[in-house]
Amino acid sequence: MRNFNAISREEQEKLKRSHVLVAGCGGLGGYVISYLARLGVGRITAFDPDEFAEHNLNRQIFADMSTINRTKVEVVKENLSLINPEVKFTGIKARFEEGFEEVWENDIKVVVDALDSIPSRLELARICKEKEVPLVYGMVGGWYGEIGTQFPEDETLENLCRMGVKGQGVEKEGGVLSFVVGGIAALQAAEVVKVILGRGEILREKVIFFDFLEAESEIMELF
Amino acid sequence: MKVKVKLFATFRKGRFKEEIFDYPEGTKVEDVVKQLSLPVKELGIIFINGKHVSLEAKLREGDVLSIFPLVGGG
Repeated sequence: MRNFNAISREEQEKLKRSHVLVAGCGGLGGYVISYLARLGVGRITAFDPDEFAEHNLNRQIFADMSTINRTKVEVVKENLSLINPEVKFTGIKARFEEGFEEVWENDIKVVVDALDSIPSRLELARICKEKEVPLVYGMVGGWYGEIGTQFPEDETLENLCRMGVKGQGVEKEGGVLSFVVGGIAALQAAEVVKVILGRGEILREKVIFFDFLEAESEIMELF
Repeated sequence: MKVKVKLFATFRKGRFKEEIFDYPEGTKVEDVVKQLSLPVKELGIIFINGKHVSLEAKLREGDVLSIFPLVGGG
């Protein structure tokens, strides 16, 4: 894999030796996985219980007329073999809650939240604390998105979701626009790479809120 | 007391982006939420001067109150 001078040869090797777990292969998950594969991350394990459906076409990168009704993790595996055949991809057709313990390996360096509900996201955060692994979370709805990274001792995500632990957000009525999903997933992939390489500024104890309609962003400090 | 209220995302629709209001002493965040008819179950996170607070928090002269809706999809 060639990422030229932005990532050194040693860092590229480090990415190749890294194992990332992604919970969800829908909107955010599809993009994050494709970005990580193109970056040369060596191992990706992903969960998703679903098949692609027509209503995924507006925002999920691996949803198309040929993949409707097919299992998401299988479609992702096929696509990755075309994007970067060196990636070792393990796709589990289940909710992460059902299979996390079985697939957990201590070489997993970072977990990505690509889930579509707040209760599952908080459950993932709880498990990541137990496993002492950083969690890169992302949330999207309508024209808006939020993204940050939580280390095991942080409470950022819990604070962010405290008022709406049972509910769904603005996505319930506004859906989610394709570029919001791609944009937030791109920032999540960048966080994953920075956590693995130990480089740059990580969005720790703060969340960036993006308003793609007004072209505004707001950094929320949460600690 | 004067308080600057900033609304984000969908909460701006039919309301405003940023406005200064004159509230009586002792006004709480929940009073502002009620006054602006913000749906409580759509609330995400609320800050006063950049520090996240609960609905019961009291406002003070010169505070900046920022209210975000919940965003939860993936």
